[in-house]
Amino acid sequence: MKKKSVTRIFSAVMVVAMSTALCACTGGSSGNSSSGNNSSDTPEFIFGMSQTITSVDPHEDTDAATRCVLFNVFEGLVKPTAEGVLVPAVASDYVISDDATEYTFTIREGITFHDGNPVTASDVKYSLERSAATASGSSALSSVSDISVPDDSTVVITIDSPNSEFIYNLTTAILEESNDAEQATNPIGTGPFMITEFEEGEYLDMAKYDGYWSELDCIDSCRFKFIDSATTAYTELESNAIDCLQYLTYEQAEALGDDYNIITTSMMLIHGLFLNNAAESCPALQDVRVRQALNYAIDRDEINDTLFAGESQLIQTHGYPRVAWYNSDTADTYTYDTVKAKELLKEAGYEDGFTFTIKVPKEYDQHVQTAEIISNQLSKIGVTAKLDKVEWTTWVSDVYKGRDYEATVVGFDAASLAPSTWYVRYYTTSGNDFTNFSNEEYDKIYDQAVASIDEDEKMELYGQLQQILAEEAASVFIEDPADFVALSADFTGYVSYPLSAIDLTTIKAAK
Amino acid sequence: MRYFLKKLSSLIITLLVISLLSFAAFSVIPGDAALAKLGTDATPEAVEQLREKYGLDKPLPERYLKWLAGAVQGDFGASYRYSTKTVSELIASRLPVTVIMAVMSFIIIIGVSIPLGIIAAKYSHKPPDTVINVGSQVTMAIPSFFLGIIITYIFGIILNLFKAGDYISPQKDFWACVRYLIFPSIAVALPKIAMVVKYLRNSLLAEVNKDYVRTAYSKGNTKDQVFKKHIFRNALIPVITFVAMVAAEILAGSLVIEQVFGIKGMGNLLVTSISSRDYPVVQAAVIYITSVVVIINFAVDILYQLADPRVRYS
Repeated sequence: MKKKSVTRIFSAVMVVAMSTALCACTGGSSGNSSSGNNSSDTPEFIFGMSQTITSVDPHEDTDAATRCVLFNVFEGLVKPTAEGVLVPAVASDYVISDDATEYTFTIREGITFHDGNPVTASDVKYSLERSAATASGSSALSSVSDISVPDDSTVVITIDSPNSEFIYNLTTAILEESNDAEQATNPIGTGPFMITEFEEGEYLDMAKYDGYWSELDCIDSCRFKFIDSATTAYTELESNAIDCLQYLTYEQAEALGDDYNIITTSMMLIHGLFLNNAAESCPALQDVRVRQALNYAIDRDEINDTLFAGESQLIQTHGYPRVAWYNSDTADTYTYDTVKAKELLKEAGYEDGFTFTIKVPKEYDQHVQTAEIISNQLSKIGVTAKLDKVEWTTWVSDVYKGRDYEATVVGFDAASLAPSTWYVRYYTTSGNDFTNFSNEEYDKIYDQAVASIDEDEKMELYGQLQQILAEEAASVFIEDPADFVALSADFTGYVSYPLSAIDLTTIKAAK
Repeated sequence: MRYFLKKLSSLIITLLVISLLSFAAFSVIPGDAALAKLGTDATPEAVEQLREKYGLDKPLPERYLKWLAGAVQGDFGASYRYSTKTVSELIASRLPVTVIMAVMSFIIIIGVSIPLGIIAAKYSHKPPDTVINVGSQVTMAIPSFFLGIIITYIFGIILNLFKAGDYISPQKDFWACVRYLIFPSIAVALPKIAMVVKYLRNSLLAEVNKDYVRTAYSKGNTKDQVFKKHIFRNALIPVITFVAMVAAEILAGSLVIEQVFGIKGMGNLLVTSISSRDYPVVQAAVIYITSVVVIINFAVDILYQLADPRVRYS
């Protein structure tokens, strides 16, 4: 009897449970048909992004991920190529005066905005002014003294002092003046793709713009899907929910099946152990011999082999091996040599080693692991490197802005292709000289390099700056890390850029 | 009525205290909202400008009062991270999916754990009980992110019953969303089922040996009647409290499961807002979670009255 009653209750509950399950199933089947409808307007190509994009206003201060995506939607008077050089875009032609103060642009004939309206010189003037007013972070356009519009297709920009690198700032997006009120939410540009839908926190869809000034042979539409966690992104790749994903680890790249091709490229990042050259809490780091000792004691190959399967480009200075400005002579300044390192420490009076702390942003596995390997390597010369894992926002305010640290592991990307923006990081009075590096000769050569308008001379001078950074051991520069990109075997044409850009115009269906 | 007013005032006081605490907590933790938005190469002037725009340059009490004045009118301000969105818009877009998933998980939890709990109690220390017990121990011991990954692999990648990453918001396609949420809901439900089963089993066993049960039998009741009218009802009281806690927890949004399955609900919003120091959003999310807990507690008090006639509030 007792048994029966329990069975009865159980069966009653089961009926409820089953009927809910059935409900869910009916829900499932109707969902099936509607998601079938839905797939027809799901874009052709789905690009997985590990960061969420929060703004589509190209003039706002944006992070690297936003710049990567918006590269397809907006163009400046000039735009960068995959080789890292600038080519005309909205302008078809430009002339730089001999003293590099006056830049004259001819607007491309027949070029239109995504709404079909022609681009005029006043749109260009408007865009540069809006960018200067909106972008609070960069003072890139602050040197402009005058923008004049002699006719509808000509723009003349005058800057207050000679600067041949000013052209790099003119990748600033050109927007339509008549759309001013909606620029922040629905900006209209001239790029090969136009935004069709922006779903907060989920995705950004774009479609090919048929009126683009150049012939396009690529996919018709793309969705940039925001996936916050790298693990989740990889799972989505394994279940074929996305077609392309960057920044895979070597193990992940190896484990992927035939559905994906792996493209090995570089992150265009200067990855290193950055040292506070003026650390009060650790006087040892103020001594050049100690910094050189660290350079000898850190085995760059081991880091490269462990984390990037040996595919990274090793460096010994603040230089990007992929661009023409790189001084490759610096590459063998230091060899892995613990004996030499110990000698240098002894010379500097740190025979028994010393202790310092590496503050590392904990969100970035690659940085944390590198710091762990370094700490282990340094223990062999009697130096104790302690790890302090901090949140990224804390890192920005304490380490980068506050310069309250002894050492850190981080990477610097190239936000701009202008070399002056890279080397100003070590200029004594510069606001972003966060390593407190200070060297009179360096400052002198930097001033010359910026002022020079002769390309060969510039190349020579920037080369010398890299030499100084290597010899003075400003920090321990390690590598431009390898980047493993997975691209669905159904597509081809992924091209890596030397700055934050994803180019959809080269991606097409595989034949 | 008086009871209701009393509860309401305690709800308001709780919300005030919590909002003040979270406000204070965020001014203590390191990391600056303006810097988080502008990134590494912002000029100091730009940072100052933005701090002024957000009102971060003002003293804490002033900022709190200003926030409070807006909040009571339902205006939680603008998000720092999304320059064109208000906090209310963000919450409104994220809340539905969290609620749907909570309801689905709750149905699964109740539907599975009550029969299992009864079976375990009925056959205590016999094979069915042992099997259930082992099952509960295992599901409770697995960390939820790992459970999520296992479910994704088995049901998503091997059995192809759903496609990881195919999430679609309920506003776009309700049924497709519900379908996608089935497995995440199971992942949320499993550890909770284990706990409810254990709770219910122990509670039932504790009741069976009480004096009133013997009295009930002596009055000529059948086992069936005793169980339904007496044991089960009394055993439910502590379980209700526990189930209510579970309900509050899943309504607050599962931080981990949402992350693993790529679901853009409240949990995901809270995590990303904290890491980008988007205080207005975090503040509103905290208020939401607090309200859920307090309101559910209130509902539990009412349920007590229905389950236990001795409990009467005036």
